[in-house]
Amino acid sequence: MRRYNQFEATKGKRAVKDSDHTTTITRADVQHVANLARLALSAEEEERFQHQLSAVFEHFQKLSDLDTEQIPPTAQVIPLTNVMRPDAVEPSLPEQDVLANAPDREGDQFRVRAILEF
Amino acid sequence: MNLNALTIHQAQDLLRRGEISSLQLTEAVLAQIESLDESIHAFVTVTAAEARAQAQAADARLAQDGVAAPPLLGIPAAIKDVVSTKGVRTTCSSRMLEDYVPPYDATVMEKLNAQGIVLVGKTNMDEFAMGSSTEHSAFFTTRNPWDRERVPGGSSGGSAAAVAADQAIFALGSDTGGSIRQPAALCGVVGMKPTYGRVSRYGLVAFASSLDQIGPFTKDVTDCAIVLEAICGHDPRDATSAPNPVPNWPEALKQDVRGLRLGVPREYFGAGIDPEVEQAVRTAIDQLAGLGVAVEDVSLPHTDHALATYYIIAPAEASANLARYDGIRYGYAAQDAETMWDAYSRTRGQGFGSEVKRRILVGTHALSSGYYDAYYLKAQKVRTLIAADFQEAFERVDAIVCPTSATVAFKIGERIDDPISMYLSDLYTLPGNVAGLPGVSQPCGLVQGLPVGLQFIGKPYDESTLLRLAYAYEQVSGKSYKPALSQGAPH
Repeated sequence: MRRYNQFEATKGKRAVKDSDHTTTITRADVQHVANLARLALSAEEEERFQHQLSAVFEHFQKLSDLDTEQIPPTAQVIPLTNVMRPDAVEPSLPEQDVLANAPDREGDQFRVRAILEF
Repeated sequence: MNLNALTIHQAQDLLRRGEISSLQLTEAVLAQIESLDESIHAFVTVTAAEARAQAQAADARLAQDGVAAPPLLGIPAAIKDVVSTKGVRTTCSSRMLEDYVPPYDATVMEKLNAQGIVLVGKTNMDEFAMGSSTEHSAFFTTRNPWDRERVPGGSSGGSAAAVAADQAIFALGSDTGGSIRQPAALCGVVGMKPTYGRVSRYGLVAFASSLDQIGPFTKDVTDCAIVLEAICGHDPRDATSAPNPVPNWPEALKQDVRGLRLGVPREYFGAGIDPEVEQAVRTAIDQLAGLGVAVEDVSLPHTDHALATYYIIAPAEASANLARYDGIRYGYAAQDAETMWDAYSRTRGQGFGSEVKRRILVGTHALSSGYYDAYYLKAQKVRTLIAADFQEAFERVDAIVCPTSATVAFKIGERIDDPISMYLSDLYTLPGNVAGLPGVSQPCGLVQGLPVGLQFIGKPYDESTLLRLAYAYEQVSGKSYKPALSQGAPH
């Protein structure tokens, strides 16, 4: 019997059903995911990524050969949990150093576009 | 011998005895960059003026410290452009960070600077470390010093090429799926990915946080041990940093290898491997057996599933890590946007290159509602199986030996349009990242005039055994690998 006890053994909340998904990536899928990732794509990119992502996700199908029902997931490989540090105040970077790379600023603040519209 | 061709330990000896100065050594390295980098393109930024000032400071300190000087004092180094260097542009070879100047040093830079290294420049890479050839750099493709029509490997191709071409005495890279070991193999130098957690990731621009590790590129195994010792150690600023003590690796590597047990994973010698690469690796294994190392077959049955596992987990983590590039606090910002959402989307659409976009899309899709279980959770479960394969093998053997890459350096352009074939470049290295294990690559022969990489993969925190094996092989093979460095036509 294999041992998994040294791995983080958080059980997934939902069961995997490998047969539930298909790998064909549509143009609409690419647009949906690009929107989630806030990534503006050209029409040419949408088409190219649709083909490439289809091939990549097709390859990922390989994982469905494996029965992993009883296998706990591994999020990270080192056996450290709840790493704490003292709650001590330490010096931060100087404000002007942090602002030096800002594309747009006003005084000592980052300048952004309007977030709320009234 | 040209000073820039020295190893760290050779240079250290001459520096401490006062036979050369750090400034002379640095000038020799800068001269090599000046004469060769026009055709190799290893560097994104060369810091000549700063390097001369650091060399002079090192010489003053050497005069004071003598033999008590730190091992890297006055040694010229090149750093992959993914490691934050205070006051020195750090681009990740991306338009997104083309003008970004970090306000702080990575922990590894603090450590190297405390020893008094001389920073000669920042090296080219695949954008945000995503790639296996440096062809995905937003700026230019680095050339392999052995054949300038070929890639140096990647993503740390600039660091590997710089060390191979004697444009630095050593370099640092980062390895998420093989990005140190594969270019080290393709350029004929020594490269190590330490155990996950050994080296602080503070100040390393994040790609896939559960896989990324910083490590050295050097001209021999002794140098690898010296640099490794300098950069490892616990860092409270990285919560995944290991509290384990740092051994004296330059001493440890000399220990006899007789009686060590070495496993040869049959899955790493299957379809797709170049027969001449296999031959070179098997010859090296025979030489180790001749030293009294016990060699046996082992099986890592989930090897076939490692590629898919890696290419779900790494892009998933990347899609989250790269969400920070919003054009507000630093980095590229689109000027042609009206609304906030538009500004985010255009900044990222214009600032990222193709491979980065591809991986953000793959990762976002794999994490998105309805697909999370089928892809991301599934990959995390298979990750458990891959790690368990190694764990079982390590009950029988002390380390695993295999090729670093199935082929020698490939031609520029050969794999660029086919993501899967590019991803296959890292087949023998990425399982080590998935399982968090240390791995080292060193040259073990030439095929068609191009270097072949021999890889050792070890137990967690057992870099000592890897270095012993690599050092023993280096001694018994008695060979060193140097490309013919004619200047060649600039590309």
